[in-house]
Amino acid sequence: MGLLSKKDTKLITDPLADNNPITIQVLGICSALAITAELKASIVMAISVLFVLGIGNVVISLLRNIIPSKIRIIVQLVVVAALVIIVDQVLKAFAYELSKTLSVFVGLIITNCIIMGRFEAFALGNGPWRSFLDGIGNAAGYGVILVIVGFFRELLGSGTLLGFPVLGNPIPGEQTGLYAFGYENNGFMLLSPMALIVIGIIIWIQRSRNKDLIED
Amino acid sequence: MEKRTDKNSYTILFAVVMVVVVGALLAFTASSLKPTITENQRVEKQQNILYAMGINDNDESSAIFISTKKAPEAFKNNITDQLVITIDTNGKIIKTQTRDEYFAETKQEPYLIDVKKQQTNAKQGEPRKLPLFVGQKDGKTLYVAPIYGKGLWNSIWGYVAVDKDMVVQGAYFDHLGETPGLGANIKQRFFMDDFYGEHLLSEAGVFKGITVAKGNADPKNNDKTDNAVDAIAGATITGDGVTAMIKSDLKLYKPYFDTLKNN
Repeated sequence: MGLLSKKDTKLITDPLADNNPITIQVLGICSALAITAELKASIVMAISVLFVLGIGNVVISLLRNIIPSKIRIIVQLVVVAALVIIVDQVLKAFAYELSKTLSVFVGLIITNCIIMGRFEAFALGNGPWRSFLDGIGNAAGYGVILVIVGFFRELLGSGTLLGFPVLGNPIPGEQTGLYAFGYENNGFMLLSPMALIVIGIIIWIQRSRNKDLIED
Repeated sequence: MEKRTDKNSYTILFAVVMVVVVGALLAFTASSLKPTITENQRVEKQQNILYAMGINDNDESSAIFISTKKAPEAFKNNITDQLVITIDTNGKIIKTQTRDEYFAETKQEPYLIDVKKQQTNAKQGEPRKLPLFVGQKDGKTLYVAPIYGKGLWNSIWGYVAVDKDMVVQGAYFDHLGETPGLGANIKQRFFMDDFYGEHLLSEAGVFKGITVAKGNADPKNNDKTDNAVDAIAGATITGDGVTAMIKSDLKLYKPYFDTLKNN
């Protein structure tokens, strides 16, 4: 197996499927609803969380033996907030365009319950390397769902992917592609409730394929 | 036995050290990066103004600013003057200053005037300063005015370029935190381009603004004198914000454009 032992590999692969933070643990739903109307936004958010959760897990893990248990939640909050602010400031100074694209996500990262959840459940009790893997794995599991939801919402809601029109031109009078046959974009896909329904469908498919996941 | 980290004294000590360390770290980052960030924001304002005038690197579908390297030079070459119009609370013009007059008085470039602060001033009954950027594009004189308002979640703002008859010649909108895919689309070409050619005045010359309207029976925006553009589905409140800031902020410039006509 080389670099990763079997146990370590599981840390990454588990959250991608059978222990997915969104579909199984039902964490991080708020941001999954808010920002998945566009595929690009989903991808940007997935990368941001990957970054913050990977580093944050390591920091908390390194501090785990000196953090007083009475104030550990506050300490976690401070770590995540400080990380996010520093990243935001550095981006604003050296990658201004990128920081404008990220704008709203930066704030949303702090509120993402997956991050606090992993700090509390994993990083406080495990070493830095394993915590890092766990962070990457969970962020990737979160990102995968985000990208799937973003893909369907943008495709069916706006008829575009990453901003490029893929289903033709919807403007009345000059329709091309699918629109020429009377197809119309479903504006409802752009609203938050549809994100929840798409996630529901993913959960349904996942549990019907793996019966062990069904709770009584 | 009680763990060392469970003691109250340890907890308090840890909290104090943490706050000092993190605070110092953040303060250091913020103050060392501040000049770079301010400079970025300054250039962005120039890019915004130039964008509204039609000086940009747009391709077929996306909005692209003139590059940050070229922006200061282009700003110098294309903006012939930056007027500062001071109005009283009734909207009457008190005085109109050129860029040089304003700079001599305040040592500040007019394009750095904080529109939000001026709005607050006006609410408190103080005179309001209105910056207006005069530029030349393809032999036409354009007037670019900044506008500022609120969307669904946070601030929205923009720059609108008009000719002397207050017909829109270009617009740029931006936002702090509107919903991606919905309200955030006010900075997309399909929305901003609709404003081109729209009249701000009615045919009788009364200021009407431009309404971001749902179902205005003109989705292709052929009718330029209906004082309306097509709204974005699912972004009603952001669209209303755009309507409101155009109405309230651009209206204030009407007296100035009246003086242009009389000359």
